[in-house]
Formats: sequence, structure tokens, C-alpha cells
Amino acid sequence: MKFFSHETLESKLPWLIIAIVFIISIGGLVQLPPMFFQTSMTEPVAGLKPYTALQLEGRDIYIREGCHGCHSQMIRPFRSEAERYGHYSVAGEFVYDHPFQFSSHRRGPDLARIGGKFSDEWHRGHMIKPSAFVLESNMPNYPWLDKTPANGKLIARKMKALRIVGVPYTDSDIAMAPGELAGKTEMDALIAYMQVLGIHVKSMR
Amino acid sequence: MSDFTSNFWSYYIAIMTVVGLVFCAWLLVAVGRDKGKASETTHVWDGDLTELNHQLPNWWRWLFWVLLIFSVGYLIYYPGLGSFKGLGNWTQTGQFDKEMAALDNQTRPMYDRFMAMNVEDLAKDQQAMGMAERIFQNNCARCHGSDARGFIGFPNLRSGAWSWGGEPADIEQSVSGGRTGFMPPLGETLGGELGVNAVVAYMRSLSGLDHDASLLLRGEILYEDNCAMCHGTDAKGMKDIGASDLTDGVWVHGGSERAMAKVVEFGINSDLADGDFAMPAYQGVLSRGQIYLLTAYVWGLTNR
Repeated sequence: MKFFSHETLESKLPWLIIAIVFIISIGGLVQLPPMFFQTSMTEPVAGLKPYTALQLEGRDIYIREGCHGCHSQMIRPFRSEAERYGHYSVAGEFVYDHPFQFSSHRRGPDLARIGGKFSDEWHRGHMIKPSAFVLESNMPNYPWLDKTPANGKLIARKMKALRIVGVPYTDSDIAMAPGELAGKTEMDALIAYMQVLGIHVKSMR
Repeated sequence: MSDFTSNFWSYYIAIMTVVGLVFCAWLLVAVGRDKGKASETTHVWDGDLTELNHQLPNWWRWLFWVLLIFSVGYLIYYPGLGSFKGLGNWTQTGQFDKEMAALDNQTRPMYDRFMAMNVEDLAKDQQAMGMAERIFQNNCARCHGSDARGFIGFPNLRSGAWSWGGEPADIEQSVSGGRTGFMPPLGETLGGELGVNAVVAYMRSLSGLDHDASLLLRGEILYEDNCAMCHGTDAKGMKDIGASDLTDGVWVHGGSERAMAKVVEFGINSDLADGDFAMPAYQGVLSRGQIYLLTAYVWGLTNR
């Protein structure tokens, strides 16, 4: 018991630090490391592909504009959520997301299954002025996205970085990436990203 | 979830959890004894101020014991110890499936009744249309408007004009399978701005809108050569390919001269890979029963 007495713990600082780190890490040690060895967490769902250059640029615009501040991308397994948004989210849909955009706020609707639900032109008009389509919408206008060219300078480096953390981009994917963004606006990129969200898990109806 | 790549992780979680609980219990016993002696802490200030080691309050200790016992029961009934499923066989998705099955049991008799009715009767059924109204507001109103009058580019469902046909079967197909129309860009074919304006003038004359009469003849010739094969020599359209009726005065993409010229010059969905203006397919998003209700609702907007 000498090790854990007040005297020892409070007078030997390194020992106190070690004891504290050990105690507070137990919860994390039980919860986190096993997830790296769980197939439902690490295997992509059938048909899931890494984001194309245009979709990836859209994802970054999504992050830049703070969309995740109001929109979640995580449908919980409740009847009410499935009725409104579709099949609940599964971990295998997010294996190529670094970082994933689960978010924790819903000032606007969840976007986890927005892909394919609206046409491109709807997204365009809605992004420029949401209240033109939904009168009571409190979403801000994003008209500049339609006028700003997508920036292709960094896209190859972004894809290389993602490849390091496990997204299977090929060399030719990366080589063609800047070309894929040529002539596109930020709006095009964001819409391309919207249209691929959640399309790989079909509703169970 | 118990799809670990190796059983090691299952034991790892179970042992860490159990050891953690035992450690908590030991700590509670070990530090809980009331010694009340100054020597326990060795803290002395100002010569005679000492810190004693007293027992924790009883209510707090007992509450901790209750929680420890609760956790044992919890870990036996619910999944928590690695791959052990728990005696209750509870899973998150299992609970979800139960909720959905309860909903289905509740609504199936209603949908069975609705599916047995024809669209004409269904459109008069108040209960069915009450449900359809909500399905419409949740899924369709974003594009077609909460009053179903649409926006420019998104058809007004109360106009009575149906590019893809307004019979119940046509509407059902539009909802479940979606629709993607295609209008080629004709700017170059028509010989630039003058040709486009001429065709627009001719189109406007068909539904009695004001137009530049001096362009009419040229417009009519260009129309016959370039537009009639889809929109028909009578300009009444062709619902099989979604070519709209140009004589009914309804202009989905805007009825101003400028908007019409833009459509003629640049087309609609002219980049076939994109389908910028597409009605999405709701098969799979909505159930068959829900789509049938919507069909009756949309049909009823102009036919009730």
C-alpha cells in the first residue's frame, strides 16, 4: 500500500502523473483500439468509391463554408429518422471520409442521404437563395459559389494526403484530378458532393 | 457488434471492463475506512493544523455500491462484455426493426385498403389524402412548392399541363422511376440569335403571346425543320419523351422571351451525363403504398 498512500502519490510527481494517465485512459483503451479490428468499422459498404476530384473539392467547400455547423450526416436508427431521411447510417459508409462530417447540430435537415433526392439545378437555385424554394428556411445564401472557379491547384496534393491515410486513389486518379476541376465552379463541386452522399445504402423498403 | 477480426479483442474488452469494476469496488473499500488520524496524510500547517482522512459520506458510498450492482445486472442482460450478446439479446438494429415492424402493422391495413381502390376514388378519400398531403410536403414540396405550383424549372402540378402525361399510370411512373428530359442546344443549328428569336416568336404566337410578327414566317420554317420531330407539327408535344405542349401557355422553364430563347439556344439537360433538371426516382425512398397515395394526390390536384 505504500505506493498508493497520500504521501507517495502527492510527493512523487512523476508517479502521480503515471497513475492519473493510467486511470483516465482505461475508458479509451476499452472503447477505441478494438474498433480498428472490427470489420463493420473498417470495411467499405458494397459499391462505395472514394470521392472523385470534383466531389472531394466539394467536400472541402462544405467544410470551408461550415455546412457541418448546421447539417448533420448521421441518421440514427430510429423510426422517426428513417421515415424522414432513409436507411440509418452505417460505419462502412464513412471509411473514406477523413474526417467524417457527422456533426452534432441540426439547424437544418440531415444530409446523409441527400444524394439523388434533388436535381442539380434545384441544388444550384437553392444554394443561391434557399428562401426562394423554402419560404421559412433560415439557411444563408451562398451566391458566390456559382461565380468562383474551383481551385485545382491543391487537389492532387489533397488526394495524395488522403492516400497516405488509406483512401485507395491510383496514380492516374491523382494525375487527372486537376483536369477534372478545370472549368468547374465551386457550386459544381459542392453539388457533385451532395449528389453522392448516402447513395450506396438503399432504403429497406 | 461482434465482428472482430480476432477473439482476442472480445476478451480484451470483457476483462478490462470486469477488472475496472472490481478495481472500483476495491478502491471504495480501501480508501473508505474512517481512520480519523492525522498520520494518514502527513499534511501539517502552522504547527498544528492537520488534514485527516475521513470516510466518504454514507449516502455517496451506498449509491456507488448500488451503481456497481446495477452495472453487473446491466452487463448480464445487455451486450457489453466483448462479443457476449447478453441474456436479453438486445441490439440497436433489433430495436429499430421492432419499431418499424410496429409501424408497418399499424399502417398495413390502411395501405391494403388504399391499394385496393382505384386512383379516382382514392383522390376523394379524406384519410388517404390527409396522409398523401404530408408525404407530399415532406418529399415533393421542396421542388414543386408547398402549394404544388412549382418554381421556374420545376413543374407546376396544378397547371393541367403534363409533359410526361397526366394519366394516373404516367404520374405513378414519374414518381417511382423519375424523369429526365432532354432538349438539345439549337443555337448553332438555328443560325444564331436571329434564328433563335424567330423560333421563339413562332412559339409565342402559338399560345397568343405578344411576338415579333416579322420573324414569324422564318420561325415557322425553322420550327418545322428542327423542333417538330419532338414537339410535333401541331406543337402539342409528345409525352413519351417528355416533349412539352407548346400551345397550352404553360412554360416550365419561364415564359419570358429571354427565358424561352435560353432554352432554345442552350437546351435542357444538354449534357446528358448530368441531368440538371431531373425528376429523381422515389422508388426505394418511398414505399409502393406511399407512391400510390402520391399518385392519387397529384392526379387529384387537377382532376378532383
